[in-house]
Amino acid sequence: MPRPMRRLPEKSKDFKGSIKRLFNSLNKWRYLLVFALCLAMISAILALIAPNRLSDLTDTITDGLKPNVSSEKIQMIMEDEDIPLEDKMKAGEILSSIDENTSQEEILEKIDSLPKSIYDEIKPAIDMNKVKSISLLLLSFYLISALFSYIQSYSMSTISNHFAKRLRSNISNKINKLPLKYFDTNETGDVLSRVTNDVDTIAMNMNNSLATLVTAITLFVGSIIMMFYTNWIMAITAILSSIIGFGLMGLILSKSQKYFIQRQKELGSLNGYIEEIYSGHNVVKVYNGDKEALKDFDELNDKLYVCNRKSQFLSGLMQPIMMFVGNFGYVAVCVVGALLTMNNIINFGVIVAFMIYVRMFTNPLSQIAQAMTSLQSTAAASERVFEFLDEKEMPEQKNISKHLDKSKVKGEITFQNVKFGYDEDKTIIQDFSARAKPGQKIAIVGPTGAGKTTMVNLLMKFYDINSGDIVIDGISTRDLTRENVHSLFVMVLQDTWLFEGTVRDNIKFNKEDVSDEQIWEILKVVGVDHFVKTLPNGLDTILKDDESISAGQKQLLTIARGMIADAPFLILDEATSNVDTRTEELVQKAMDKLTEGRTSFIIAHRLSTIKNADLILVMKDGNIIEQGNHKKLIEKNGFYAELYNSQFQN
Amino acid sequence: MFKLLKRLSRKDVGLIIISFIFIIFQVWVDLKLPDYMSEITVLIQTEGSAMSDILLQGGYMLLCALGSLVSSIIVGFFASFIAANFSRNIRKNIFQKVESFSMNEIKKFSTSSLITRTTNDVTQVEMFIAMGMQLIMRAPIMAVWAVSKILNKSFEWSLLTAGCVAILLFTIIVLMLIVLPRFEKVQKLIDNINGVTRENLTGIRVIRAFNAEDYQEKRFEEVNTNLTKMQLFNQRCFAILNPIMNMVMNGLTLGIYFIGSYLINAAGMLDKLTLFGNMVVFTSYGMQVIMSFLMLAMIFMIIPRVQVSAKRINAVLDEELTIADGNFDDKTSLRGTVEFRNVSFKYPDADEYLLHNISFKAEEGETVAFIGSTGSGKSTLINLIPRFYDVTEGEILVDGVNVKDYKLEYLHNKIGYVPQKAVMFTGTVNSNVSYGDNGRAKATSQKIKEAIKVAQGTEFVEKMSKQYDSHIARGGTNISGGQKQRLSIARAIARDPEIYIFDDSFSALDYKTDSILRKELKKYTRSATNMIVAQRIGTIMNADKIIVLDKGKCVGIGTHKELLKKCKIYKEIALSQLSKEELENA
Repeated sequence: MPRPMRRLPEKSKDFKGSIKRLFNSLNKWRYLLVFALCLAMISAILALIAPNRLSDLTDTITDGLKPNVSSEKIQMIMEDEDIPLEDKMKAGEILSSIDENTSQEEILEKIDSLPKSIYDEIKPAIDMNKVKSISLLLLSFYLISALFSYIQSYSMSTISNHFAKRLRSNISNKINKLPLKYFDTNETGDVLSRVTNDVDTIAMNMNNSLATLVTAITLFVGSIIMMFYTNWIMAITAILSSIIGFGLMGLILSKSQKYFIQRQKELGSLNGYIEEIYSGHNVVKVYNGDKEALKDFDELNDKLYVCNRKSQFLSGLMQPIMMFVGNFGYVAVCVVGALLTMNNIINFGVIVAFMIYVRMFTNPLSQIAQAMTSLQSTAAASERVFEFLDEKEMPEQKNISKHLDKSKVKGEITFQNVKFGYDEDKTIIQDFSARAKPGQKIAIVGPTGAGKTTMVNLLMKFYDINSGDIVIDGISTRDLTRENVHSLFVMVLQDTWLFEGTVRDNIKFNKEDVSDEQIWEILKVVGVDHFVKTLPNGLDTILKDDESISAGQKQLLTIARGMIADAPFLILDEATSNVDTRTEELVQKAMDKLTEGRTSFIIAHRLSTIKNADLILVMKDGNIIEQGNHKKLIEKNGFYAELYNSQFQN
Repeated sequence: MFKLLKRLSRKDVGLIIISFIFIIFQVWVDLKLPDYMSEITVLIQTEGSAMSDILLQGGYMLLCALGSLVSSIIVGFFASFIAANFSRNIRKNIFQKVESFSMNEIKKFSTSSLITRTTNDVTQVEMFIAMGMQLIMRAPIMAVWAVSKILNKSFEWSLLTAGCVAILLFTIIVLMLIVLPRFEKVQKLIDNINGVTRENLTGIRVIRAFNAEDYQEKRFEEVNTNLTKMQLFNQRCFAILNPIMNMVMNGLTLGIYFIGSYLINAAGMLDKLTLFGNMVVFTSYGMQVIMSFLMLAMIFMIIPRVQVSAKRINAVLDEELTIADGNFDDKTSLRGTVEFRNVSFKYPDADEYLLHNISFKAEEGETVAFIGSTGSGKSTLINLIPRFYDVTEGEILVDGVNVKDYKLEYLHNKIGYVPQKAVMFTGTVNSNVSYGDNGRAKATSQKIKEAIKVAQGTEFVEKMSKQYDSHIARGGTNISGGQKQRLSIARAIARDPEIYIFDDSFSALDYKTDSILRKELKKYTRSATNMIVAQRIGTIMNADKIIVLDKGKCVGIGTHKELLKKCKIYKEIALSQLSKEELENA
């Protein structure tokens, strides 16, 4: 498979620690893992023994190359009564013509021309039985090795995928246990990349590198042992000649790494630039910025070109150099082998075996190097995953005995000297007290960025207050579980959140036992029933993240979801952006319906809401700076009055 | 692909031809190498051979290996040069082409697709050329040459090699047929994992508010299981490839020796040694044959992918521009006037008109506002002035001259355009505000300061660490939406245009800033004409002319007061935002 562009190995902070922890978390699969790695080792050992057998095979063949012309044999033939005298005569004639000046070739030719009866006796024969048995043995070696390596890969993919699955589940689980603060300060993309990229890296490398590493090390060590076992002079020749090549390769590798890193960097900045210019195309055009853009682009493009060329060239060198190292070793083995054979120190089969050993010795080295870099990036990836899994979770909710049943709640909520800040040492809400009676409407107003969501965070117990208390029906929310508090609120926010699923699932969400009739009823109240009916599959239509339904309709659906959930308190963000006039009317009507009979906290954008509110909380820079009803606040002529009037000044 | 390769320069083609020669040379020496090995084998087996002969043959062998190395270094050098150069030029061509696009073409391709075409697709082609040049030229030559070398040696051995190649290719093809379609599915399943996680993160407040953690957990588990199953299947299929490949390669050597022993046994004395030599050499030729077929298989796997990229690149380069530049760049007698004459508009490939027969005129210094519900065509209308799109019928005159007649650059010099979504470029506050070219000198720092002041940005800019030289991150992520919008407005002001176009540029600002900004702007640019698209009644109430759009038709022109009386839709919009008494008091 062509692999995607190779990623640069990231540096891990604590390589040993991370790898150790990674192995510890593999505990569940430890038997399978050991089994798989053993198989890898066995199949490597089989591969190592094979050349030796192959060498035997070659020797068996070469043994059968030379004719049997020893004097005893000739004596035997001469005395053999079955051979006609005529043939013996002829043979004697031919053999006697051989003297010191006859060339090797001529001798062979003469032997071939011997009478058949005699030729059959002295012609060389290969021990075919031995050939067959060695071949059979080798074949079974290869078959077993293949089988083992398949079982090994199968097991490794089982382990790595199940492990990846568990990691993903753990991360997903963890998301639900972290305080909201984490998500307010960390980017979504960051968590996402841990779930996908990092886990992928871990699984992929585990699947490939671990077994490769074991196999490569076995082959490496084994081939050295086997080489020395077979012949130490040849072994030293093979190892020395390879080492020279590897020195060269290491040099290039360390050089090219630099260019790879630089290339990745340049590619990144060029991509960023292109993205910026393309997405600002309208501005670039109208401001006649294209010449300037092209100039900047050229500069970045040229930089990338240089890195591209260099890294491309250097990385292209690896393959030929590997080839050369192989060939060089080959030649060395052949020459030294020839020398030894001619001095009768070794058989020819040893050379054949060494030709394979040289390859077995050089290949694993680069594999080990590769596996080490991928282990390095595995360590970095698992560090990021573990780091996330180790994040501090929300405090456990022990010692909570009280419970508020949402059907019995009257709907009174009191703020008593609430103090709050996102950072411990930076309080933004200073000493806030207020009281909302059942069914009252509380409007939260303020300029953008005044921290209106802070109120949502506190009411929903998404964040804990620093001091003071928020009391619902006389019970402090400190004494209630977060889930209990959540169940008391209907929350409809501005950024309409729908998931990819059917309309039905989106509306009933996690509430069970909701009949279609109930859903239609709610849809009617919200005024979106007609729209849902026009969808291709009605309630079964799958909502996707495209623009097939408008922002307004999305908002209506989230209101419907809120109504189904049904709770005594309401948190509502009135903002309706990008909604056309008529849908806006629908949305507003639906929102009004939603507030009926609920104690409501409304992040208000409509003046009618503000004016009719029982209590207005005016926020600025995170703090609540004024409170009261419209009339009172206008009379006060403070920040609220200024805010209110500015809308109609011109 | 070929079409794209036509863009190679003459020099590149020359280099390719040189590389080709070197590759032939390289294949020749690669295949020559086993010949010398065979010589050595024979020498060893023949008694009484001189050591010097063996050393000589060994030297030749080494020379071959060295020759192969040198020529592949040379080819690699040329290949990296050609590939990098080619990708640089193509990338530039695409970039230039996209720069010349109108919004029409941008919309047709979509920005994100254009980005991948300029980056990823080009990289794909580049890698293909760099790696492929060696592989693609080498593999077929190698395959043919190596096959021809073995063919006359022994029928049995050739048959065995052919069988091995067949087994390998068969395995690869079957695997590809099974697994490739699933690879695409894997991508989808990964997207699903991403999707659900993203949902969990963006909806974290809602999920917690509904106590729906377990519900989401279940959804995640489902996609997680699906992905795991698919991955397992794929990897288990693929796990077969390696063992089979190893087995076939080892099996080939074994087979050749096994068959060889029979052949040698049956041969006459004279042929035995030659056969033996051939046998040893054949194992390495056979390996070469298998390797080159594997390479060929790989090429066939890569080509379709690159083909897709090449097609996508060509589509951009071949795109015909719908907006042609005019050549008018004289002084105009009028200043700051915009006139629409019976303008209708639809997207080139659409059936429905987005604007029907719109006519109006804005005089110098006037403020003309456009209001209407989403999809009423107000943004489209305003985008016709700088020729993001061209009118389908009718004409638009700026300063009495049809916009199509202007040199685009000259037309744009008259316009200060502020888009709905503020665009920020990496750089500083200064570089962002003085962005572009208006045919005159770059804005001075004095001018920039003034523009920012008018746009109500002085306070936040001066609070930044380096004030006007403060860094603006990519996409302006280090400042808020409202701040970006103010800088974007300042950019238009610094340009000193005759005509301002505000495409719903004020909605990111709060009411108060909005109103002060517009007041200051009016003061600062008394003679400039303002064209404003807005959603808020408050923003446009005081315009000289308000044009009410509904489904692409103009349903009312007049001042706020007039429209309240005579235009039903305007009144509806107004009432949805303000109460009766507020409207009357205003």
